[in-house]
Amino acid sequence: MAADLAVDLAARLPSLLERTDPATASGWRDHPPRMGFFTDTTVCIGCKACEVACKEWNHVPEDGLELTGMSYDNTVGLGADSWRHVAFIEQPRRPARDPGTEATCAAASGVADAGIRWLMASDVCKHCTHAACLDVCPTGALFRTELGTVVVQEDVCNGCGYCVSACPYGVIDVRRGDGRAWKCTLCYDRISVGDEPACAKTCPTDSIQFGPLDELRERADRRLAQLHAAGVGDARLYGRDPDDGVGGDGAFFLLLDEPEVYGLPPDPVVTTRDLPEMWARAGVAAVALAGSVALSFLASTAGRQR
Amino acid sequence: MSTGARGEQPTVPAAEFRSYSGQPILNKPVWGSPDIPGYLFLGGLAGAGSALAAGAQLTGRAGLARVMKLGCTTAAGLSLVALVHDLGRRDRFLNMLRTFKPTSPMSVGSWLLSAYAPAATIAALSDLTGIAEPVGSVATAVAALLGPEVAAYTAALICDTAVPAWHDGFEEMPFVFVASAASAAGGLGMLAAPLAEVRPARLLGTAGAVIELAVVALMQQRMGMPREAYRQGKAKRFSRAAQLSSGAGVALAVAGRGRAATTRLSGAALVIGSALERWAIFEAGLSSAEDPRYTVVPQRQRLERRSRDRPGRSARPPTAGWAY
Repeated sequence: MAADLAVDLAARLPSLLERTDPATASGWRDHPPRMGFFTDTTVCIGCKACEVACKEWNHVPEDGLELTGMSYDNTVGLGADSWRHVAFIEQPRRPARDPGTEATCAAASGVADAGIRWLMASDVCKHCTHAACLDVCPTGALFRTELGTVVVQEDVCNGCGYCVSACPYGVIDVRRGDGRAWKCTLCYDRISVGDEPACAKTCPTDSIQFGPLDELRERADRRLAQLHAAGVGDARLYGRDPDDGVGGDGAFFLLLDEPEVYGLPPDPVVTTRDLPEMWARAGVAAVALAGSVALSFLASTAGRQR
Repeated sequence: MSTGARGEQPTVPAAEFRSYSGQPILNKPVWGSPDIPGYLFLGGLAGAGSALAAGAQLTGRAGLARVMKLGCTTAAGLSLVALVHDLGRRDRFLNMLRTFKPTSPMSVGSWLLSAYAPAATIAALSDLTGIAEPVGSVATAVAALLGPEVAAYTAALICDTAVPAWHDGFEEMPFVFVASAASAAGGLGMLAAPLAEVRPARLLGTAGAVIELAVVALMQQRMGMPREAYRQGKAKRFSRAAQLSSGAGVALAVAGRGRAATTRLSGAALVIGSALERWAIFEAGLSSAEDPRYTVVPQRQRLERRSRDRPGRSARPPTAGWAY
């Protein structure tokens, strides 16, 4: 009985560093496999159907219709009212250093050499294994679902904004005029009844793939090997590594350039990894303050007696 | 696209910097001024002040004790107002006490404040009215025990974020915050307590100001590239003003020992200097979140270091033939 309780408590302790299934670590028992996204940006055509499907399904409000001049990107980034964001990166060809590699590259990616290459990528909440937004949420509005995803309960969130400052990817944000934090739910309502998320469902090229994370990782590894074999040496997976600073992402990507080129942090770390040390140092500082106050009275009294 | 700042002596090895159309990677904190920097200041003032109040009461300095108790209660009340005002849904402020999460400094702080603020208030009311003095003494002791934690936890609060100029200072920030708190509380005592009783406040306030300025400099020195956020724009102006005010406060306290006018003036300068330092730290955080350089460059440097330590694993896969 007591042992059961101890095991139960241990399972519920926040998993800051262990490499473990996040739903299990959050106390779910007999839960389904962890679900996620694999976004293969090499086949993204920039149609933005994912952005539209997401807004439609989740009733995400309109948030401005300005033209930014940033290529075809008028969404700019993820936020409270943009849960999918398609980035457009126009890269001019730089003077050839190795014409052989370049020719192979162009041939492999099927891009006619127009002196420019166009990268497109649909970004989304990463549903981190170690999610800073969830860790710092003081109300418990953010929670880990049985599917291993991270979701905000809009009837609990009080709009403190801690999650906004904590997210290393700049995903979650507070909605103006509403005051609460919003982000991708990985279509919790759809996937919990066996459907796929709206963005993945609508993606015409299967750039956005949805499924059990284990399967997606295997599929991504095969795709990466295929691209490397075809000579696309700059292809790389992002968020795939379970040993990275956030314990791996539930939504990971295949990119053709460095993450920061797509607006992604190159080496994100969950801030709560350092929290035990922060608490320890705050404790020492508090004791030091109490000690200093005591000292200032001791010194004053000594001075008065002199 | 944009590269690292040129034209001035780099404080770190020049690092190549790329971004997505110069867009920030982080979402900017939604925390507002004056609510949040004001809270950091008032929470510190109250926290250190309650310890000072208890010391004053124990050593028979009734005037200093009363000033500090009143000041702490006012500061605690104002900081609660600031915290609730900063919420997106103010009517849901009680959701802060819906659960207890050690992984959330805001949750821990909410519980801490909900114990501290009533204690500080009872201590002040009892002192003012003379009613239930034993209860007042217990409340004074409770507030004094919780006060230092109230002053220190806010460092964990802002450092437990992805904001580079806050997070990367997490080793020193608690010491900056408690020193700043000591400076503010001591300053308030010097400003308002009977002159015959201000000596402990002066010692605490001046020592706090000196340590605060020293540890802030140390923190910036150690945190690497994000220190630049403290050295430009609003943060720089607040930081300079804090140095001037706290410096003047210390100088006046040392030079004009005992005289009424200089003591009061010195106290005011210390209180203002502490507040300005909180604003400087707050603004540095905001500007470091708005510029992708602060996110990308330190992370790139970390990756380069790691690949140096583990040869064979390159931090950068090749980017054949494409410019940026």
